[in-house]
Amino acid sequence: MKPAPFAYLRPATLEEALAALAGEQGAKVLAGGQSLVPLLSMRLAAPSMLVDINALPDLGHVRVAEDGVRVGALARHAEVLASAEAQESQPLLALALSHVAHPTIRNRGTTVGSIVHADAAAEMPMVLRLLEGSVDVASVRGRRTIPAAELFAGPLESTLAHDEVAVEAFFPALAPGAGVAFQEIARRHGDYALVGVAALVETDGGEVTRARVGFVSVSDVPVVVDVTDALDDPATKALAELDPAEDIHATAAYRAHLVKVLAPRVLAAATDHARSRAGEAIHP
Amino acid sequence: MTTEQLHDVRLHVNGSVHEVQVPARRLLSDALRHDCGLTGTHVGCEHGVCGACTVLVDGTPMRSCLMLAVSAVDAEITTVEGLTEDDGSLSPVQQAFSDCHGLQCGFCTPGFLTTITAGLRETPDPTEDEAREMISGNLCRCTGYQNIVKSVLRASEIQRGQA
Repeated sequence: MKPAPFAYLRPATLEEALAALAGEQGAKVLAGGQSLVPLLSMRLAAPSMLVDINALPDLGHVRVAEDGVRVGALARHAEVLASAEAQESQPLLALALSHVAHPTIRNRGTTVGSIVHADAAAEMPMVLRLLEGSVDVASVRGRRTIPAAELFAGPLESTLAHDEVAVEAFFPALAPGAGVAFQEIARRHGDYALVGVAALVETDGGEVTRARVGFVSVSDVPVVVDVTDALDDPATKALAELDPAEDIHATAAYRAHLVKVLAPRVLAAATDHARSRAGEAIHP
Repeated sequence: MTTEQLHDVRLHVNGSVHEVQVPARRLLSDALRHDCGLTGTHVGCEHGVCGACTVLVDGTPMRSCLMLAVSAVDAEITTVEGLTEDDGSLSPVQQAFSDCHGLQCGFCTPGFLTTITAGLRETPDPTEDEAREMISGNLCRCTGYQNIVKSVLRASEIQRGQA
């Protein structure tokens, strides 16, 4: 089980990397490689060239400002998870990152890479979508920002052009009066989730004004459902928009069952979180 | 058929420099074993699940089967061969595995030893739960993990005794 041959470039500047990608239709970007290298080894992917961005400067940042968290293309999952400032700005990051594979994989894999890999079984694409974040991409044509809602085109398919590099992801800060929660069910600790669910709830004076729930591993793209008008039964509303898939790990019926169990549970936890952050007593 | 391009790669492994010529697709695990002759690093699943090939990259555990040798040029790599003390005696983690029967066939052991060595740097006095969390990314088909968990706790004891 070895990769097919490919040309390899390890540029020292972003400009050099972008020029190489522009000049080679079959080129792929290598960052952490924790998803790409298995695909190469199993020969599910056979790019003509890898452009290794690990030597590029200024892409390893986890920068926290008032509006949220900016994660550079070379920031490893473990580095984002370890950032107390990032955790304070947007608690959902750490809640979800602790479920991303095993610590050893998180030491190498990058958060931005995981997002643009666009695996519906991965936590971070859904998290970006739920938080209404965005990804900044660069190419020889310049830079653009892709909102998360426009980022995922299909299974393992993002809307980045072949010559674009994702240089930064932006996760908005959690607003005052808003709360988040995350839970997933996996056969074994660290495995891909059978179903993962996150919720983002906004409250005003204790009343829920907006509630959205995101799903990992249920459909073939990361799905987020607005359940503001279905707070009593978020799962039924969600299942109308989801297409639970059957695979070797779980039947479609079992996935639907997990959605029914997890969606209300996670929605309730996020609502409690929102109310406690708003300074209201949960049990008056 | 065209000849595949070879890259001159300088790998820093266990304090030594290895100058190797490898194709870009050479996995770090294979470069360590075949090009550097360091066969202590074992190759199990080759897609990042089993943990047998785990090495330390600048002190941090990573899967050598999920890295390319050409991409490891700037790193200081530690394999299981680099864990022994300077006088050649067993490290605390290695000693603990020996004391507690933490291995049977030994195939997965190099990955456990590297992972636990780094894990104890971060968590020098783990609880049993923390020990299990530490080894959760490594598979063993012989021991049922009980003696590996004991080995983590024993290694912590040995290290504290040395301090």
